[in-house]
Order: sequence, then C-alpha cells, then structure tokens
Amino acid sequence: MSLDRRQFLAWGTAAAAGAALVPGLRLIELAQARSPQEAASALQRWGLLIDITKCTDCEVCVTACHEENGVSGHGRPETDAQWIRKVSLRDKRTGYAQALPLMCQHCEHPPCVDVCPTGASFRRDDGIVLVDKHTCIGCRYCVMACPYGARSFVHEAVSGQKPDVPRGKGTVESCTLCVHRVDRGEIPACVEACNRDGGNAMAFGDLNDSCAEIRGRLRREHSSQIRADLALNTGVRYQGL
Amino acid sequence: MASIHYREIDGCSRGFYALLGGLGLLVAAGLGAAWTMEHQGHYVTGMSNRIVWGTPHVFAVFLIVAASGALNVASVASVFGRDLYKPLARLSGLLAVTLLAGGLAVLVLDLGRPERLIVAMTHYNFKSIFAWNIFLYIGFFAIVVLYLWTMFERRMNCYSGRAGLVAFLWRLILTTGTGSIFGFLVAREPYNSALLAPLFIVMSFSFGLAIFVLVLMAACRGSGRALGDVLLKRLRNLLGVFVATVLYFVAVYHLTNLYIARQHEVERFILLEGGVYTALFWGGQVLVGGIVPLALLFAPAASRSRGAIAAAAACVIAGGLAQLYVLIIGGQAYPQMMFPEKEVASSFFDGVVAAYVPSLPEVALGVGGIGLALALTVLALKVLPFLPVSLADGGVDSAAA
Amino acid sequence: MMRFAAAVLAVVLSVAGIAGARETRASRVAMPVIKIENGEACVAPAEEMRRDHMTFLLHQRDRTLRQGLREPRFSLKNCVDCHASRETGSVLGQEGFCSSCHAYAAVSMDCFECHTPLRRSGAARARR
Repeated sequence: MSLDRRQFLAWGTAAAAGAALVPGLRLIELAQARSPQEAASALQRWGLLIDITKCTDCEVCVTACHEENGVSGHGRPETDAQWIRKVSLRDKRTGYAQALPLMCQHCEHPPCVDVCPTGASFRRDDGIVLVDKHTCIGCRYCVMACPYGARSFVHEAVSGQKPDVPRGKGTVESCTLCVHRVDRGEIPACVEACNRDGGNAMAFGDLNDSCAEIRGRLRREHSSQIRADLALNTGVRYQGL
Repeated sequence: MASIHYREIDGCSRGFYALLGGLGLLVAAGLGAAWTMEHQGHYVTGMSNRIVWGTPHVFAVFLIVAASGALNVASVASVFGRDLYKPLARLSGLLAVTLLAGGLAVLVLDLGRPERLIVAMTHYNFKSIFAWNIFLYIGFFAIVVLYLWTMFERRMNCYSGRAGLVAFLWRLILTTGTGSIFGFLVAREPYNSALLAPLFIVMSFSFGLAIFVLVLMAACRGSGRALGDVLLKRLRNLLGVFVATVLYFVAVYHLTNLYIARQHEVERFILLEGGVYTALFWGGQVLVGGIVPLALLFAPAASRSRGAIAAAAACVIAGGLAQLYVLIIGGQAYPQMMFPEKEVASSFFDGVVAAYVPSLPEVALGVGGIGLALALTVLALKVLPFLPVSLADGGVDSAAA
Repeated sequence: MMRFAAAVLAVVLSVAGIAGARETRASRVAMPVIKIENGEACVAPAEEMRRDHMTFLLHQRDRTLRQGLREPRFSLKNCVDCHASRETGSVLGQEGFCSSCHAYAAVSMDCFECHTPLRRSGAARARR
C-alpha cells in the first residue's frame, strides 16, 4: 500500500499530537493521587455539584459535617457555629418550595479573603478557602463580607476538638471542604453521608479534571451558582435552583 | 497678629477630681466588660453569627470618625489660614488623638483574640481596606503628634502649615477608608455603595466639630476662661453647614435606592417597617441629629443663647450614634438577598431580620471608650498648655478671620 | 524627699530579701516533669527540640495549612500522640509534657486553645 503525502502528513500530525498529549494526561493523573509530601497545586480545583431536586427534608449532610468536624452546639442557636445548613425556599409568587444545603462556596474570588486584615482567610492553590486560625484575630470582618453567610465566629471555649480539625474560641471558621479528608484522597463527609443515607444529591470532584464525573455533568447538564451576579466563580454549583 | 498665650488648666479643684474619677469608673467598667468578653467568649454579649458587629462597634466607629473630624478646626487654621481658629488648633489636635485612642481601644478589646494585636500590626493583607485602616490609624497618631509638636515648639512653628496639610490629607484618606470598610462590601444590601466614603467624610466633620464645641465650652467654663461670642458664632455656623451636608448625603442615598426596584425592600425596611431601626432613622438620625440641631443653631431666637449651641452639639452626637446604629446593626440585621423573590428560612436565621438587643458588656465597653477619650483629654489639658488663656472677642484677631 | 525614697527602697528590698530567704526555689515553682514514655527518639535531637521546637512548629504549620504539606512525622498530632501522658492521654495537666515545662518557664502556650491535647485512639497513630 502506498502512502501519499497527504495521508503521511495526516498520520504524522496525529502521531505527534498524541505524543504531545500523552505526557499531559499522565501529569493530571499524578496530580489526583497526591501524597502527603506534595503541596496542593493549582492544577486541581475542588468543587461540589448539588442537585437540589434530590434534596429532601433530611439533614444527614449537616449531622455528618458537624460530627466529622467536632462542631457541637451549646444550645444557643444564635451563637452556635454552623458549617453547613439546610435552607428552605418558597417562591413568593407561586409558592413553589425547595430545600438546599448551603455551606462555604469556595469562590475563586472570595470576598472574605479580600477583606481579611491579616491574611488569615486565604484560598489554597487547589481552590479550598480556609481560615488560618494562627493568624486570625477574630475581627469578624470576613463574616460581614461573605455573601452567603457561610462563616461562623466561635463565641465560646471549645473542648473535645477532633485531632484533624482544630477549632477554638475567638476565631472565625467555616466549611473546609473536609480538607483533611480530601488531602487523604477521600471525599467530604457531607457528600459521603448524602450518598450513603440521603438523597444522593451531592457530588465532589476536581473541576479541572476533564475526566472527572463532576466536570462531565457540568458540561452536559444545567447548573448555576448562588449570586452568580457577583462574579465570584464559586466552586459549589447547584442544579434545580 | 497678637501672640496667643496658652496655659494648662489648674486641675486641682474637687470638681476636676470628681470628673476624673467618674471617667475612670467608666474606663474600669469598659475594661471589666472586655475581660468578661475575652474570658468567657462573645456569647455573653448580644452579638451573634448574624450580627457580628454590635454596640461596641457603633461607639468605636463614632469615636474614630469624630477623631478625624475633630482635626478640622486645626486644619481650617493651618491649611486654610483662618487666624480666628488658630488658638483652637492645639485642642483640636489633642481631641483628634484622644478620640482615636478611645475608639481604637474599644475596637481592639472587642476582638476575638485581642492578644494577637501584634499579629495584626505585623501581618498585612494590603488588599483589605481594614488593613489599610489599621495602617492609617497608626500613621494618623504619629502625624498628629508631630503636628502638635510643630505648634508647641516655637522653633517649629513655621512648619505647622506643612504638617497641618499632611494631617489634613491623611485624615481625608483615613475617613474615606473607614467609610469604605462598609462601602466595599457586596454581601449586604445597605452597604455596597460608593456614597458611603464621602458620607463618612461629612459625618466626621459634623460629629468631630460637635464634640469639639462641647469640650471647648466645658473646658472654658470649668477653668474659668473667657470664650467669645464671635468665635462661637463661627463654630455655630460651621456646625450647621456640616449637619445640613450630612442630611443631603443621606437624602441622596435613600432617594437613589428608592428609584431602583431591586432596592425597594431594603428601603421599606429602613424607612418604614424596620421597627427600632426605622424609629432610630427618623427620630434619631433625621430629627434629633439633623432637624433639631439646625433649628437650634439657626433660629433667630437661639442665636444669642450658648445653651442652644451646646444642646445642638449634644443632639448631633446623639443623632450620630443613632445613624451608626442604623448603618452598622441595621445593615447586618437585614437578611442577605441570596435568593431573589423567594421566602427563605433556615436554622442559621437566613431570610429573617436578625434580632439584636444591646447587652451590658457591649454598652460598658463602648462607653468605656468614650470615658478613655475624655479622661485622656482632661489629663492632657492639665499637663500641657493646650488651651489658650482667653478666647474673648477682643483678644482674637477677628479681622483676619 | 530623697531620704523618704531611700527609706522606702530599703524597706522594699529587705522584705523581698527576707521572703526570698525563707523559701527554697523548688517549693515555690514546681520543676518540670519530663516523662518520655515512648522509647523511640523524637524527630530531632532533644537539645535541638528543647531550643527550637517553636521555630519548627511555626514553620511546619504554615507548610501544612497554606501548602497542604502533611508529613506525618512533623504533624502536631504526631507530637501529641507520642508525648501524651500514659495515664491522662494528654499533653496538658499537672504533669503534662507540654504544660509542665511551659508552666515552669512561664511561657504561655496558645496551641491547645484550638488543637486537641489528647492522643488519638490507637489505630490512627502515624509510625515513624
């Protein structure tokens, strides 16, 4: 069989392209399985996709989160910390009712990070927004600045902290996307509980990974951000809002 | 120009010690409140996860804004060359420093981790307007102290104009920054406005001058020094202009919001259905803080009465506190609009107007800040010659004013 | 005036001197109790740890928090797991490893406002 020039060029280009792409695919694969000695990298961006049409009256996500992170109440709902909460919506005109879990949205341009005077509120390279309790002075400006009301101030002394989740009086905290679990290769407690005991409404994954299931769903199905008008590019996306 | 003689107040009368003792008690109460809040946690206050900045912040922001405005009189003298105000420049600078000290003390003692103040002063996130404010406050202290030194030290008097200009510009930036603390926030409907920065500037003029007038009148009365009518008339007119300007900015802010359909709910809350916030807006901010002082200052019957000026200044202060209460606490009480056209409910008090009642520790801390500012002023007046011997009409060069 | 000041100074110094002579150092402040209950060595030599453990902690906490570097050997959890007392399971308390030295040296410790001072239950301990 003879190969004319055009065919040769076509095959050659395809082969070259393949050779160029393959190492890239390999890198992404390595980035996913991060060992404890590797730093968080901007190659990944962790996110959540929550389908609220599957969200019912249950609160397993809230219970699981607070259990995992040692967030216990003191019977004072106004000052007790809440890392995640169920919000019920009812359309004012039509009466259509929905419910959804609301937590830190892990924005790409977080207002809380912009306003923190000491830089304690920060965004890790892989997209998780955290509070550095070592530098937090407890000024609560980030609580004022968060459009989602995601942050809580710790109003009283804490005891019985989980070893993986330090928290203490006088600092501000919020959902960490279970960073201690994610760094071990696991998924956040709320997602695990929802998929095990709840409505299977929550998905977690790497928004930068084209092979990830969450990325595929975001590409094929409709999703939205809360307060998309603020252009914060949240890491938490909702379906059915 | 006749040279002005300054002298310390005697400060040995029983009234003086009683005043100092009373202010000391206020400071002690404030410190006690701060100790309680720090040791037990903020749950002992009325603040919550919805209302994170409460009564202490109302007082602190008031003092800080007034501190910037208190320097106005000195600026008018040094920067704009009005000789009539020159004798008042030292007291003006002193009040700027002491009011700021009082305000910052309240702010720092209310922090969740006040022992980390060193962290706040060494780790700066320069994207944060709050960090800029910390930087500007510290700089303001240094600049005003330097400015005062150029006024006290005879050999440095020629530099006081330049120092005054730097101080004037610095405090314009500082107050813009303070207003922007709220103006830069997208998260809350009543904030997020470029108008808040200039509003804070005119508020600073108004509150600062009101406090200045009251302290001046009290200091002159207490130390038996003459205070001329010409000077008081100028201060009265100035205060009236500032109060009117504040009313103007508030009117523009609300009229604009009323025009925008999306902002109707917020306006309905503040102007009509906000309960205590509506009462404080109309009764406190507009009536007591605006209309009553204007009547007291400009009505012909009141023009001769010193009591009217003092009452007007007191009303401006009360109205200012009400204004900041509506802004800071009302602004947080109003629910965040995450889901337009939906009724929202949750365990974290989304969708409802948050309840807030000022608690004793908060009020004690706020009032303690006022006590600290006044105590420092009183002590300084005794230790250094801030106050002219006489401000009577003849002694001051009114022709040049 | 000078004589008055001198008299006051003399009284103060003598009171302090008498008070000091009556008590011994040991009865005034408890010496630190250093119980190394786990036979393995620390992650660095004892002299180095004694002097520099705060520097290591400050450096490592930023690596863990800001960059996500979680070497198990250098985590605070690992320190606590190893140094926690056999009886109380904690590094605080009267004979706690951390608190007894810090109390003696009068250096206040902020760590355990937020971090748990308790050893993790057996299964999760990291091996060296």
